[in-house]
Amino acid sequence: MKRVRDLLRPSATPILSVVTALLVGGIVILLTDFDHLSQLGTDPIGAILGALGGVADAYGAMLFGAFGDPGRIMTALQTGNAPDIAKAIRPITETLVATMPLIFAGLAVAISFRAGMFNIGGDGQLILGALAATIVAIGLAGKVTSPVILVGAIVAATVAGGLWGFIPGFLKARTGAHEVITTIMLNYIAALVVFFALRSPSLRAAGSSSPVSKNLAPIVDVPNIISLPAIRLDYGFVVALLMAVAVSWLLFKTTKGFELRAAGFNLTAARYAGMSAGGSMMLAMALSGALCGMAGGFMVIGTVGQLSLDLSGGIGFNAIALALLAGLRPSGVVMAALLFGALTNGGKLMGVQSGIPFDLLFFIIALVIMFVAAPGLIRGMWRIKGKPATEIPVVPPAGAAPTPDELVEIEELP
Amino acid sequence: MRLELRDITKQFPGVLANDKISISADRGKVLGMLGENGAGKTTLMNILSGLYKPDSGQIFIDGEEKVFSDPVAAIHAGVGMVHQHFMLVPVFDVVEAVALGAETVTGFLHTFDRAAARKRIVELSEQYRLDVNPDAKIENLPVGVRQRVEILKALYRHSDILVLDEPSAVLTPYETEELFSIIRSLAATGTTVIFITHKLNEVLEVADDIVVLRRGRVAGTADPKTATRQQLANLMVGRDVELIVPKGPATPGDVVLHIENLQVRDDRLEMAVKGVDLEVRAGEIVVIAGVQGNGQTELVEAITGLRAIDSGQITIGGHHTENASPRHVSDLGVAHIPEDRGRDGLINPMTVAENYILDSYHKQPYSKNGIFDLKAVRERAAKGVKDFDIRTPSIDTLAGSLSGGNQQKVVVAREFSVPVQLVVAAQPTRGLDVGSIEYIHRRLVEQRDAGAAILLVSTELDEVLAVGDRIVVMFDGKIVGILAGDDATYENLGLLMGGASFGGGLAA
Repeated sequence: MKRVRDLLRPSATPILSVVTALLVGGIVILLTDFDHLSQLGTDPIGAILGALGGVADAYGAMLFGAFGDPGRIMTALQTGNAPDIAKAIRPITETLVATMPLIFAGLAVAISFRAGMFNIGGDGQLILGALAATIVAIGLAGKVTSPVILVGAIVAATVAGGLWGFIPGFLKARTGAHEVITTIMLNYIAALVVFFALRSPSLRAAGSSSPVSKNLAPIVDVPNIISLPAIRLDYGFVVALLMAVAVSWLLFKTTKGFELRAAGFNLTAARYAGMSAGGSMMLAMALSGALCGMAGGFMVIGTVGQLSLDLSGGIGFNAIALALLAGLRPSGVVMAALLFGALTNGGKLMGVQSGIPFDLLFFIIALVIMFVAAPGLIRGMWRIKGKPATEIPVVPPAGAAPTPDELVEIEELP
Repeated sequence: MRLELRDITKQFPGVLANDKISISADRGKVLGMLGENGAGKTTLMNILSGLYKPDSGQIFIDGEEKVFSDPVAAIHAGVGMVHQHFMLVPVFDVVEAVALGAETVTGFLHTFDRAAARKRIVELSEQYRLDVNPDAKIENLPVGVRQRVEILKALYRHSDILVLDEPSAVLTPYETEELFSIIRSLAATGTTVIFITHKLNEVLEVADDIVVLRRGRVAGTADPKTATRQQLANLMVGRDVELIVPKGPATPGDVVLHIENLQVRDDRLEMAVKGVDLEVRAGEIVVIAGVQGNGQTELVEAITGLRAIDSGQITIGGHHTENASPRHVSDLGVAHIPEDRGRDGLINPMTVAENYILDSYHKQPYSKNGIFDLKAVRERAAKGVKDFDIRTPSIDTLAGSLSGGNQQKVVVAREFSVPVQLVVAAQPTRGLDVGSIEYIHRRLVEQRDAGAAILLVSTELDEVLAVGDRIVVMFDGKIVGILAGDDATYENLGLLMGGASFGGGLAA
């Protein structure tokens, strides 16, 4: 029992942040339910119950939208009818489809953050990776076999994203240019590069007036995990999970990871210990960009099948929030990405079924981020003791004396 | 009795910081409060100045019980605090800095009445012989004068119970003497002074009564007229302490560190080391004595590869190491105990084990081909913890949660875990308690006797005199004197550190 509690402890704040955000979201649904609230004067109990029912309906729809209807899944599995099964499990697989790029991007942010760098350029790295994959796929179409195109496209995406991440790392290491500025600016440049590339007739979908690429599905497709009609979930998701393992291994089992973490926590101490701080910055940003590029690659030749300017849809930014929610732990990133994926995917059904605007989702996600960023608030609200679990690398100001100094003193052990 | 604290108890999570502490001080007396880090001195004074509320116990001023709900209440009762880290706005002038928060106002718009404030400050500085130019900018003042401004600030608020928290930590020996004469004149005019320190000589010199705290309790009181340093040290630590490092005469061998006409610039690109020549031989401890900020930091950084040099030569064991990388220097067998262990020497959010391998993680047996052998890391770290007597709950404890002494032991354990030919130790005992200082000194002497060359940078005269085989005094980026350890005294070192030069007489 103790072990379970130890395992859960670091997750207490993030979990409670999500719970609190959902509670506040519920209150907002309640307060904006004018149909029921207008009856407060005539039938107060009915109005309140009705409004509470509205909240339950909305969150119920979100849950079903994210994970499907268990009853329906059971029935479908019993009949064994493939289209029925596909329909029943589609909410879950769509949640995982939404989760896949979030895992890549979340790991990307976590790795840069561990090294003390703030990668806000996830969107740009992702879309450039997607562009590289698209060019390789269309360029190699018909010349080599589909598996070769697949590998080639993913490698190209990874390299392109990695280069796009390396640039701000290099600028920071060599000139001190702040990566927050450079990555944001490189986002715009990446978007315009993609916009420009999509003007090319060889990439652009024939006859389309908007900047979207040809459909890549006929050329190359990432194999699906479950082959059922209308199920998009493919092995890109498995690669994302493998990357979580790989990042965890890199950070905690290799000397390079040790250097990254050391530089992230304390640059001067890393230098003192003979590490190359600039090297760590460049490596971390390149790896971060590579992971984002990979996400773009898997989206464009897998789940989405087409390059467009709004391919990312803010994944690079949501990844920052989820990486913090995850306490920068790779395993946490997977969990947090699942949560964000479920919220996004479930929110669609909620919008359709209960008429709650889809925007409420962004509201809830924003609340999650705020609560994660304010652990003191959550710990106060839920009366948790002890230190926050999120280990965001924060370098204490040099020369600052801890007060009271007795507090940090450990009593001498016998 | 002007001030009395009776049975003050304060519990922090996991630490009983103050356990029924009772102290008292009379009007016009200086109470010296001695104690190691963590003994509860600062907590007690924070209770007296209204920052903390005691769990139990009473504060009496002139026999009347006071309850301080906040620092303002304490100031009203006449308690003034001079913190170790000054709280002055650098761009203000003295009048503004002193009056800040207690401004007298004038006229319809309630503007700051500078003239009135200035007049009062001039009066106070004359009355208490606190020599300060009221119109000087804070940032242009030396630390010793800034401290006087802090004292003026307290007096300006009508404090007649003055708490000085480790006031001599930042001062030159000469400035410390000046501070003592200020303290005496304050006491002579009826001010009660509580003087917090861990330096034994200072309480013996300036205090009328001495109270020693240990682990949150009053360990004893002493009369400065009869008490000895040894008695006080034993009382502070709770066991017999060796104040004088047991060491035999040095047997200097070959030159290990050779520096010739070295010039190094500081962060603002101004010349900080202005042509230094220095030699350190195997088997001797050379101490660089001097007040902080006279180029020692830049000199050490240049030797250890952390700072580019402007011109000159550095060789270590015959190898040229001008502008070498820190790793290259370290690979030559140079141990570096940095000046600021929290900033340079340790990564606080990392574990003891990770800090133990901080500069050798890339070598066998810790890692091979870039992949850690975590078992070897843990075994070696556990051995280091045992060999160097690091008091930590485990090797997985975060370094930042250890006490200062144990943090420094982690650094020393790491640096001395491999054979070294040169040890560069910059203020290795700063902020440490008597027991840890004794420990660090013993380790340095051990390394010397094993044949290493030791370069120790220190601002503490006690330390300089205790361990130095040769003493080099640095002032304004230059070496102004070299003394054999036996020839050095408080007096001649103090003069040299203040910038007086003996000419060619003592320089060897």
